[in-house]
Amino acid sequence: MKILVPVKRVIDYNVRPRVKADGSGVDLANVKMSMNPFDEIAVEEAVRLRERGAAAEIVAVSIGPAKAQETLRTALAMGADRAILVETEQEVEPLAVAKLLAAIAADEQPGLVLMGKQAIDDDCNQTGQMLAALLRWPQGTFASKVEIEDEAVIVTREVDGGSETVRLQLPAVVTTDLRLNEPRYASLPNIMKAKKKALEVKTPADLGIDISPRLTVLKVTEPPVRQAGEMVADVDALVGKLKALGVV
Amino acid sequence: MTALVLAEQATGGAIADATLAAITAAAALGGPVHLLVVGDGEGARSAAAAAACITGVERILLAADPAYGAMLAENVAPLVAGLMEGYDAFVAAATTTGKNIAPRVAALIDVMQVSEILSVEGPRSFTRPIYAGNAIATVESADPKIVLTVRGTSFEKAAAEGGSAEVEEVSGPEGTGADAGLSSFVSLDATGGERPELTSARIVVSGGRALKDGETFERIITPLADRLGAAIGASRAAVDAGYVPNDYQVGQTGKIVAPDIYIAIGISGAIQHLAGMKDAQVIVAINKDADAPIFQVADVGLVADLFQAVPELTEKL
Ligand SMILES: Cc1cc2nc3c(=O)[nH]c(=O)nc-3n(C[C@H](O)[C@H](O)[C@H](O)COP(=O)(O)OP(=O)(O)OC[C@H]3O[C@@H](n4cnc5c(N)ncnc54)[C@H](O)[C@@H]3O)c2cc1C
Ligand SMILES: Nc1ncnc2c1ncn2[C@@H]1O[C@H](COP(=O)(O)O)[C@@H](O)[C@H]1O
Repeated sequence: MKILVPVKRVIDYNVRPRVKADGSGVDLANVKMSMNPFDEIAVEEAVRLRERGAAAEIVAVSIGPAKAQETLRTALAMGADRAILVETEQEVEPLAVAKLLAAIAADEQPGLVLMGKQAIDDDCNQTGQMLAALLRWPQGTFASKVEIEDEAVIVTREVDGGSETVRLQLPAVVTTDLRLNEPRYASLPNIMKAKKKALEVKTPADLGIDISPRLTVLKVTEPPVRQAGEMVADVDALVGKLKALGVV
Repeated sequence: MTALVLAEQATGGAIADATLAAITAAAALGGPVHLLVVGDGEGARSAAAAAACITGVERILLAADPAYGAMLAENVAPLVAGLMEGYDAFVAAATTTGKNIAPRVAALIDVMQVSEILSVEGPRSFTRPIYAGNAIATVESADPKIVLTVRGTSFEKAAAEGGSAEVEEVSGPEGTGADAGLSSFVSLDATGGERPELTSARIVVSGGRALKDGETFERIITPLADRLGAAIGASRAAVDAGYVPNDYQVGQTGKIVAPDIYIAIGISGAIQHLAGMKDAQVIVAINKDADAPIFQVADVGLVADLFQAVPELTEKL
């Protein structure tokens, strides 16, 4: 079975984003960029499935600027076999990303698409579900456990009331939650080897997909800032405060 | 513009608070609001009867079929997509159920979803958080129809009583029927319990990595939460380490809470955690590190060892 793993290049999760003064967006100039953390978990899971013999090949895909090649090299260093970049300098919305991924899935015929539940920049949490819809495949979102069983994948999902387990017919789309695994660090020899792995570059036009945005960002603002309050000296003072606030 | 809202049931059969907030958001679009109740037979019928009493809902669409019992997206989304011919907007709560189903509907009708809205600025423009809530974007949709998920803590709940909507039965797409045949429900491991629900509780007591293990978390945090009648939350670190179940996680990628009082115990205050609780009215923090970032947002801070301070606090309250 082949596994397709979409990976997005995003602001590093340790960086505190700054809103641009003109309200046009978030300042990404000279900011550290990394692979979306949920996508690292997806790559790790794909590699583990291959190690267990449940998968034969892992193809990493990214949609983004030329620099997203770095993100794909990271995926290759973690264990993906080859990579595809759909290169565009334009911002691509989840619906268009899903359409591009569906076109790639039509070419590649994977048995499973493993991707992040959420990109930590747009916080949309929708691309995987959209891809599954376009392909008419089942979806196992927010996965904390993934098991391949003959023609199906058994997915345990993190839901609001606890954990839900579903059985999905393959091919399927699975999106990762934080508890699925702990991604490995790529070793130096693997980083070197990754440089030689195949990385194919395409454009949205090659795939015949219109990526024009449907949403216009009218403005981006800072959220209201909270002021630090008061420090209390001891538990008695804290109890006094809580009583004053009407908590008890 | 007529909006169709997806209803979710709380344990016990009532319509979920998150849905009541989504109804308020849908009403702000300016047109009539219809509510879609899906589920397996009797349960769905009684939920529809309860839903009919919600103020501001004009009509209830009821889809009762065993295939809708677990609200599998593969089965519910084609039903909604079919119904959308008669609607201008589809609205769901930004719960794990809403987040699972709504984007699947959006793609089926070729619409870009606007996720987790905080406000309705106009019939086609909305605000939503991006970058873990470190920025708020105002976006306008050019799509012919609107698909939204709604952050429950940002909208008032519609009144559960006072309305009298008519109930109309609907069914899945012709030909295929309700079961898309792609997926099946296996089991639900519910966290449950007697405690108030995290996202709508008035008081939340949350513990972090500092709580050491599940037993210690229980021994330190639970008595305080019991004393206050509070819901219990946790940081990602506490959940990852297995102190508490996954659905206790508060934050960017967990639950969003906005209680009257949020008490953070042994939590450093990473941006991903703050994203989930910084709309609390009052934030109280207990941490032994005076430089912990949580103190930058806390209204009341106590620098102390939690293993002494929290039991003492519980006793003195
Ligand atoms: C993609 C992604 C998504 C994430 N999503 C979330 C999310 O949704 N929610 C979330 O919470 N995190 C999330 N995180 C993780 C986040 O970055 C932090 O790692 C996490 O919140 C830290 O948890 P913590 O504060 O419990 O642990 P730590 O940062 O380790 O803090 C522990 C605190 O306890 C204090 N302490 C230790 N001992 C004592 C004592 N005896 N008495 C008093 N205080 C003590 C320490 O001073 C410290 O401040 C996410 C991270 C990533 C990469
Ligand atoms: N530009 C992109 N390139 C590759 N994968 C993407 C891209 N955008 C989104 N994804 C995938 O979709 C997931 C969810 O993203 P989102 O719906 O934007 O929150 C991410 O974790 C990625 O796996």
